[in-house]
Amino acid sequence: MIRLLAKYADKIAAARLSAPGAPLLAGLDDALVFNREAQESSVLAGVFDRMSINSLLFLPPAEPYATIIDFLAARSAEGGEASIAPSDCETRTFLHDLPVVAEFTPDALASALKRRKSVIVPGKGVVAHGTVSPEQAFVSASSVCFACFVKFFADYLAQLRCGKPDAEYQAAFERAKTFLPPMHHRAPDLPAGPFADREAVIQAMDLTGKATVGYGLVDSFFGNISYCLDDVLYISQTGSSLDELPDCIDPCHLDGSSCAGLTASSELMAHQGIVLKTGAKAILHGHPRFAVIMSMDCDKKGCDKIGRCHIECTEPRFVWDVPVVPGEVGTGPRGLVNTLPPAMIGRRGVIVYGHGLFAIGREDFREPFATLLEVENYCREEYFRRVEMLGS
Amino acid sequence: MNARLNGWMGWVLRVDLTTGTASREPLDPAALRLNIGGKGLAGHFLDPCVHLPWDHPDMPLCLFTGPLVATIAPTSGRACLATRSPLTGAFCDASVGGSLGTQLKKAGLDGLIVTGRAPRPVGIVIENGETSVRDASHLAGMTRDRVRAALDCSGSLAVVGPAAECGVRFSSIMVDTHHAFGRGGMGLSWAAKNLKYLSVKGSEKVRVADPEGLKKAREDIFRLVSASPVLSGGHGFSCFGTGALYDLMDSRRMMPTDNFRASHFAPAGELNAVRYKEAYQTSKHGCKGCHIQCKKVAADGRSMPEFETMSHFTALIGLTDIELVVAANALCNDLGMDTISSAVTLACHAEITGERLTPARVLELLEDMGRGRLPELGLGAAGYAALKGHPEAAMTVKGMELPAYDPRGAYGMSLAYALSTRGGCHLRAYPVSHEILRKPVATDRFSFLGKARIIKIAEDANAVVDSLTACKFIFFGASLEEYAAAYQAVTGEPSSAQDLLRLGERIYYRERIMNARLGFTSADDDIPARFFEAPGEHSLAGDIRPVPRVDFLEARAKYYAIRGLTEDGMPTQEKAKELGLEESYRQEMR
Ligand SMILES: [Zn+2]
Ligand SMILES: [Zn+2]
Repeated sequence: MIRLLAKYADKIAAARLSAPGAPLLAGLDDALVFNREAQESSVLAGVFDRMSINSLLFLPPAEPYATIIDFLAARSAEGGEASIAPSDCETRTFLHDLPVVAEFTPDALASALKRRKSVIVPGKGVVAHGTVSPEQAFVSASSVCFACFVKFFADYLAQLRCGKPDAEYQAAFERAKTFLPPMHHRAPDLPAGPFADREAVIQAMDLTGKATVGYGLVDSFFGNISYCLDDVLYISQTGSSLDELPDCIDPCHLDGSSCAGLTASSELMAHQGIVLKTGAKAILHGHPRFAVIMSMDCDKKGCDKIGRCHIECTEPRFVWDVPVVPGEVGTGPRGLVNTLPPAMIGRRGVIVYGHGLFAIGREDFREPFATLLEVENYCREEYFRRVEMLGS
Repeated sequence: MNARLNGWMGWVLRVDLTTGTASREPLDPAALRLNIGGKGLAGHFLDPCVHLPWDHPDMPLCLFTGPLVATIAPTSGRACLATRSPLTGAFCDASVGGSLGTQLKKAGLDGLIVTGRAPRPVGIVIENGETSVRDASHLAGMTRDRVRAALDCSGSLAVVGPAAECGVRFSSIMVDTHHAFGRGGMGLSWAAKNLKYLSVKGSEKVRVADPEGLKKAREDIFRLVSASPVLSGGHGFSCFGTGALYDLMDSRRMMPTDNFRASHFAPAGELNAVRYKEAYQTSKHGCKGCHIQCKKVAADGRSMPEFETMSHFTALIGLTDIELVVAANALCNDLGMDTISSAVTLACHAEITGERLTPARVLELLEDMGRGRLPELGLGAAGYAALKGHPEAAMTVKGMELPAYDPRGAYGMSLAYALSTRGGCHLRAYPVSHEILRKPVATDRFSFLGKARIIKIAEDANAVVDSLTACKFIFFGASLEEYAAAYQAVTGEPSSAQDLLRLGERIYYRERIMNARLGFTSADDDIPARFFEAPGEHSLAGDIRPVPRVDFLEARAKYYAIRGLTEDGMPTQEKAKELGLEESYRQEMR
């Protein structure tokens, strides 16, 4: 158990969500164990007494998350809401909303965690739980950080579009801005394709996955990746970490002769659709933050789809040369399986509204990785250009 | 009297077949809140009588539906039946799809309790406010299809077949056209009361406390279902039914082969769900109110086999004929026998006698079993193997035949089988969810790390699911978090995922108490020795090792501690008190 707790503490630090050594994780089978000694342990132990769970994570956020989360939490409290409601895809689908409690006590934490996967305590951090593995707590807490980041910057721009954010928001914005990590300008040296055999494919996917996580082009480690070789689509499994791929790749036959893709990424059908429609061999999907933020920025006045943009937007929209399409996760009637593949024809990438970027390569992952990086850098610059232009 | 309840109808119908009388009784709202519905309420009413022999006239058949049924909550309109199992002698419950739950609810009832024994075969007919017990002598010995045709019933119809009437211990109850109370032999419980069929029809509406809240919960659940590869993916249940698991179990080397003497079946690649879909031009069918539509129906109207049936009528008995699988499935349904138990009993027979089965022989054996011509096989694998002096050949837990997940390929599964209150069943804790399908996150399938608590929490969660009476599969996408919101919206009872889990813990612990009363101990919380001794895959390849016995026992001990049981797996007064089950516990000590 300790090993598992340490693994996720390290992942949190590597994703710069928390300072190294700061995350506190607890796991319970028959006995309660912590990844380190800490003052907060007794509070977490108290939460275990009140809930039927097997793991708990306390994540004190690093900057800029600390500024962002505390600001949003304070705002939600002013509005009389005890929760933050981001509208990115991840939150909409899996977290619903992010409860906020004022006190870091077992009762306060448990009362929120009984209903939701995570809770925010302003000035302290994020707490999340799991019933199967500490990975669940990690997934929830890192999603909270991602969702708050996206909401904070997206809302700021939206407010600029209809006036001026108040002084407090401006101050928080100026502060958060200073903590953004430097941009990467050079793509890593990924293997050149086309790949001749399964081993080469897996190796290329592995290196690409690690680089995508390392460059911060994903929300923690979530995303998916595939490569088509001889009518077999090698694709990352559902819920796999892009930085731990080799044992988590499913070979899916495009001729539909097998159901072995049951554990493949929920975007398997979208990947298949892209391969069939574009002839691309390589697909890389990440959640680069500013690309997600920019996909949510719309200057159409008086749009009747407001609030439903993620599924109903009919406005042809682009970020740079990349189209933005609506679509929910998966294969439902409003699923991105329907909107994404046709939009990819003749493009190097497509952004799904509030979700992330899918990029393709003819022969290897150098192309889609470069697209991910370039588009994210462009989006980040474009974001601040728009903020500037709108008179901040 | 209970007109103000939301979600629940507030009434239970008691039918005494000895006297042929029926009476409606109001349900105590406190009991509803504490037991939710389905499995919970059925257990509540079974508890005081479970010590009786399974065929005692006073042994109740408890059929209950759930508070979400017949609302827009995506829950399939299920129902749960509980009684003491003729197969295992233990507490037993089974959940069924189709429209039985919905019709029962619309007839103004949360449940039905049947006691007594009719002097001749009868049917119970419930139509809105009216209940009648009708003579069914002319239907005796008839298969499900012929009974359906003879009755021309427009509501939901549950029927036992000739297997139940001939004393087959694993006989099922067939519901509507494609659904079954399959496990535990409860068809025989019906036959013991001379109950041949139950027909239910109603038109009442269910009151919902917060329709807007329910709509929101429903949308959240739909969104998660769409995002679930297992349910909605191109290779998922919606497209291929549960048969979608076939390729996966084979690729993970978890396919029970040759009566669990191996875990890989070389021809499996040619026998997957894709082949059935092509060969039988299947269409989709689902339970009332379900949009996943995981049931598949052949163009000729036959129900397509579930994954467990596909696997057991091929790999387990060494045959490679998909038409045999479809025919055996249809024959079992018609005669009213559980397909899993039927196949495992045949595999046991083949191992003991050394007979090499052929497709024709399998159908012949099934027919003979279901018609009572092979009473020894009708005892099930455990009873048959004991009789033949080869108990080691019965692949059962607590006397219930094991489904198609080899526990050597997923250690959580070994614990789940051993600890399930109803015996060799995959549906109580279903660790396949995280050990194989990676939901909600992946765990190491070759490790017991954390599994004791995971199993305990999953059992509690599934006790809730069976009480709500929702569909297990939808939880490959949604979770109790969303269902608590739906439950709260429907009933108006404030609720959270953890509140529901607490109720689930109580429901499950009561089952442990009932089993303890029936004499079950830790010796029964075990899996067949084969899994600890021999490797899986093929006998020569050692890729899948035996389950480490010491680790298994250690994990089981942890489970006992976490569940609040003694070292021997017995319930404690302390825990019973904590869960408000003192009365049940006192009965155990009598
Ligand atoms: Zn994504
Ligand atoms: Zn719009």
